[in-house]
Amino acid sequence: MQLSMFFQHLANAISLGSLYSLVAIGYTMVYGILRLINFAHGDLLMLAAYIVYYGRGMFHLPWVPSILLAILLTAAIGIIVERSAYRPLRDSPRTTILISAIGVSFLVENLGLVLFGGRPQPFPLPVFFDSGSAQEIGGVRIENVTFAIPVVTLVLLYVLLHIVHRTKTGMAMRAVAKDFDTARLMGIDVNRIVATTFAIGSALAAVGGIMWGMKFPQINPLMGMMPGMKCFIAAVFGGIGNIQGAVIGGFILGVAEIMIVAFLPSISGYRDAFAFVILIGTLLLRPTGLIGEKVAEKV
Amino acid sequence: MRKTKFVAIVLLLALFIPFLQGCGPKATGENGQGKEPEKPTEIHIGVYEPMTGASASGGQMTWEGIQLANEMHPEVLGQTVRLHLEDNKTDKTEAANAVTRLIDQKNVVAIIGSYGSSLSIAGGEVAKNKEIPVVGCSPTNPLVTQDNPYYFRVCFIDPFQGKVMAKYASENLNAKTAVIIRNVQDDYAVGLANYFKEAFIQLTGDDKCVLAELEYNTGDQDFTAQLTQTASLAPDVVFAPGNYGDSALMIRQARSLKITAPFLGGDTWEAPEFIEIGGVDVEGATLSTHYSVQATGTDASKAFVDAYKAKYNKEPNAFAALGYDAYLMILDAIKRANSAEPAAIRDALAGTKDFKGVTGTITMDENRDANKSAVILQVKDGAFQYLTTVEPF
Repeated sequence: MQLSMFFQHLANAISLGSLYSLVAIGYTMVYGILRLINFAHGDLLMLAAYIVYYGRGMFHLPWVPSILLAILLTAAIGIIVERSAYRPLRDSPRTTILISAIGVSFLVENLGLVLFGGRPQPFPLPVFFDSGSAQEIGGVRIENVTFAIPVVTLVLLYVLLHIVHRTKTGMAMRAVAKDFDTARLMGIDVNRIVATTFAIGSALAAVGGIMWGMKFPQINPLMGMMPGMKCFIAAVFGGIGNIQGAVIGGFILGVAEIMIVAFLPSISGYRDAFAFVILIGTLLLRPTGLIGEKVAEKV
Repeated sequence: MRKTKFVAIVLLLALFIPFLQGCGPKATGENGQGKEPEKPTEIHIGVYEPMTGASASGGQMTWEGIQLANEMHPEVLGQTVRLHLEDNKTDKTEAANAVTRLIDQKNVVAIIGSYGSSLSIAGGEVAKNKEIPVVGCSPTNPLVTQDNPYYFRVCFIDPFQGKVMAKYASENLNAKTAVIIRNVQDDYAVGLANYFKEAFIQLTGDDKCVLAELEYNTGDQDFTAQLTQTASLAPDVVFAPGNYGDSALMIRQARSLKITAPFLGGDTWEAPEFIEIGGVDVEGATLSTHYSVQATGTDASKAFVDAYKAKYNKEPNAFAALGYDAYLMILDAIKRANSAEPAAIRDALAGTKDFKGVTGTITMDENRDANKSAVILQVKDGAFQYLTTVEPF
């Protein structure tokens, strides 16, 4: 393999990996605080992409308002989902909430099919990211969006860590994560903190959805399924609940997927299976993930 | 308390289920109210097409053609023909379920469908066991009708389509080498790629003219690894049969990786979404398909095009035309059989000879396939432009 070809593969891998990371941090954050796997995360991603699509296409909003609108609306939908599907079940066994999460996911997907129709739609692209907008560095072609995604991921990672570790709300979040009842006794408004967590998680899904649409400009109501699954794997692999772990897990998954096709083209048809092998392997050998918590899960 | 809340939520969600099924834009279709008591004066024909999922565009275009045919010819043998639509969701399991529902619950005597060879193969198995004839509009893989005496089709098959594109590549583009990129989970793409390869080797006389056969999966959106490899092989053409959405994304990524080789594909590329998603990058992409309004057609063709434009306010494409033909071919068979019994319809369908359809004259051969010409289209200035018609050879 030529060196420039290898670097091209590497550039492709970083591009895909950072996209997985971006979506995985939202997944893992909600889990880290609430011990809840929000299966609707991928579907919120889809909703955000559609809000931008309609904002741009139907209402002719400029880019910044339509993106902000998508983030805010998706955050609001996240709060509604928490309020209606998770909060009433908060004291139920964890499996019940898990099933409720799957239900929400199906509901959002099917509502999407009813409202938006089943046909895929082209995602609008800003000129900066549109086709042909690529840089060539030493024989390696890199799309502009490939530069943008890791930057967005790292900025959000920093902001998120700042919120969780340096703000009062973040402190409350960590307290809620440790012990619900004690946090409540200490005067923390648990409902507000949980709602905030969901709002942030959904906003992250929204950013993920918008970046996903920019990289793969084809959207449909079921587009959230695969990202939801892959990024869940990335989050588990990195250590679910751990934000840095999700970023690393996403990167490794992206790199592995590209490299398996690059070096072993004969088994490239098994690319998705490979992601699930990673999931099963992680759960069997190291359930806490690469840099997950060492404490045993109390399920 | 907790329990009642839980029950309340479950009930609340349960309320949505009929709502979803009832409101699905085309989930049951305009004529699909199959719950009415059965009247002897009606003939029920089922349709199973992908109305949602990756192939939704193809299924919906076909359904438009079938509905139009039903509106223009709503009666046969003095009885009203009722259509029942089931969405197979671009999913093989759902395709089998859809056919089961049509036969067991709607009591259909014949079925039309489906866009997508994999879906048709899955549905055909059920129809064969229940002995109900099916007419496929656009499934082009030979396996669809093979060993299934109940499956017919109004389109050509992939050995021919593969030859057409190989001939185009080698004669019109003067190509000596090709790379194939195909979806391994799609019977259509795998079959068509193989037939293209066979024909291309024969035409170029070079065993190694296909430099690589690269693979991807349904639902993949990132093709950069396969394309990077393609770029390093520098083929004269890339043959990439597959879903219109996946292929449009692939060609976009190919252009941003500076692959300039022409992309060739099959009939599944003919969807407005291919151009909407692909944008300027799919300019020059070339495909074979069944029919084009721009080709000189028959009288039947003109009536169809006018009616279609009046109803939908746009130009019909191959899938609408094939849906139209499939419906009328079943009606023709019912007329000739003078009976609406599935067995009689099957036998009459098998005897279809010189049926004048919109997409050409249809005669069923011994494999229940139609032997027809193909047209080649190319994307130019944001639209599919007719290049040429290729007669069977």
